[in-house]
Amino acid sequence: MSTLTAERPTAELATRPKAPKRRLRGESKLHPLVWVFVVAVMAFSLIPFYWLVNTSLKKGASLSQGELFPSQPTLENYLVVFHNPEFLLALRNSVIIAVVTTTVALVFASFAAYALARLKMRRKAMILTLILSVTTFPAIAIAAPMFSIWREIGLYDTLLGLIIPKLTFALPLAIYTLTSFFKEIPRELEESAYMDGATPFVAFRKVILPLAVPGLATTAILVFISVWNEFLLAVTLTTSPEARPVPVAIAFFSGTSEFDQPLGTISAASVIITVPLVILVLVCQKRIVSGMTAGAVKG
Amino acid sequence: MVTKTISPSRGPAKTSGRDRAERKLAFRMTAPSLVIMALVAAVPIGYAIWLSLNQYSVRTAGLSRFVGLENYINALASQEWWAAFGQTFLFAGLSVSLELVLGTAMALLLNLAFKGRAVLRTVVLLPYAIITVVSAITWQTMFQPNMGLVTNVLSTLGLPGGDVVWLGEHGYAMAVIVMADVWKTTPFAALIILAGLQVISAETYEAAELDGASKWQTFVNITLPLLRPAIVLAAIFRTMDALRVFDLPFVLTRGANGTESMSMLAYTQLRENRLVGEGSALSILTFLTVMVVSVIYVRFAGGNIRDVAKEEQ
Repeated sequence: MSTLTAERPTAELATRPKAPKRRLRGESKLHPLVWVFVVAVMAFSLIPFYWLVNTSLKKGASLSQGELFPSQPTLENYLVVFHNPEFLLALRNSVIIAVVTTTVALVFASFAAYALARLKMRRKAMILTLILSVTTFPAIAIAAPMFSIWREIGLYDTLLGLIIPKLTFALPLAIYTLTSFFKEIPRELEESAYMDGATPFVAFRKVILPLAVPGLATTAILVFISVWNEFLLAVTLTTSPEARPVPVAIAFFSGTSEFDQPLGTISAASVIITVPLVILVLVCQKRIVSGMTAGAVKG
Repeated sequence: MVTKTISPSRGPAKTSGRDRAERKLAFRMTAPSLVIMALVAAVPIGYAIWLSLNQYSVRTAGLSRFVGLENYINALASQEWWAAFGQTFLFAGLSVSLELVLGTAMALLLNLAFKGRAVLRTVVLLPYAIITVVSAITWQTMFQPNMGLVTNVLSTLGLPGGDVVWLGEHGYAMAVIVMADVWKTTPFAALIILAGLQVISAETYEAAELDGASKWQTFVNITLPLLRPAIVLAAIFRTMDALRVFDLPFVLTRGANGTESMSMLAYTQLRENRLVGEGSALSILTFLTVMVVSVIYVRFAGGNIRDVAKEEQ
């Protein structure tokens, strides 16, 4: 680039003071106090992670003294966790539950969300309100009767017995988020599909759904995180390691090795299940942000 | 939509035919989700109401006796319920207000154009993806007597709090629970508020600047009022969630030292004490409490949300 072209914008700026100046000022200068705040926010977000990893690398005396850096870092806690059959079982359970729930929720929710976003429909507002009200249910209100029903029909302490109630909370979240994504796809695309003689369902399947893939991916991430995270249903409806997902297994970890300082192994287990989620956030942060805000403000 | 129905290029008969086809398809596409939600939400809640009207024998499973509203009367007369009720609202009030203030500040920060904004956004988002149980364990390790980061730093600096058994005392335990919640869910509030912030047009700010408004005046008189709907929305979501709190006190204190929440109390009666009737009554009471609060919110702030919806259309 020549100096001439580089200079031109500055010369233009001088004649048009207000608007571009604003953008420039935002980019270049940040008040020192604002930087202090940026650093504080980063520290607040990251320090707990540091401490978790730090604790997971310590053993014995170095753990009980609470060293700020592990003087003799050891991976022993990780080995203990990986040799714990209950933890491995819990990991398997969590993956099955989260994958099945997310897939089923996405299929049904994409139908419902398309109808709510695009099709003419009676009592649309009422249906949306009903769906939203499901998200405000406290899980305990479902867990209490499920506990009794599942014990009677034999679904208590099974993976299916967890997937079904979790689906109830995953569906409204998925419908809500997907509806706002479907609304953003230009209407002309369906109109032209109709012109070509497609039925509304064919238009949905062949034209809209492929375009909605980014929205579906975003919704899948949000649903997956919330299902993976869910604890109350999981702890109420399971009793054995065979059906227990990760959060419950970790919460009950302390009982298994009480003679030792269990904090080290608990921390190691926590780090192990956190790493995939951290990678998910690093790779998909834009999608997560758009999903969280799409459902909220654009609904 | 209105223009479409009166559009002369398409005959009215054809349009209504397509209308009918669309309505039929819409019904078919929504039905599966509605059926699942009805079966797994409405039916169990109806059953919970039935269970709550009975007393179940602790020893012999399934042996029940209809007792009417006795479980509710007992619960409402008990100290445990009101203690859990009070603690849940204390927790919700503290954590939601902190999350809204911090979330607004964070949103303003994320809205600034500076180098490193993408990094900040990713870092801020990390705690959101952490499962709540892990977040509880993380904060537990930081406040362990002698060996935790916070207790360690406090005692090294000679500040008060270093020799406190944080999770062993009511006030301190509540503080840790609130901090763990704020850490994990402030990003959620921040992102909703950020979305509200990005809807405000640049022209509004330029006009204020032309009028010679100071930064603080602009914030108080323009940003905050225009941001109100987004803040209210974040408040609703976060309050509903906070009133249902379970994982954090369960892992951090198991409900000891007066930190038991409404959901926890219902869980304890149901699972640990095997009191199905009492547990169900408590879970229905929790459900009603959350519902009443959400109705109050929509009543007082609902107009606000409807305005946002209108602007979006």
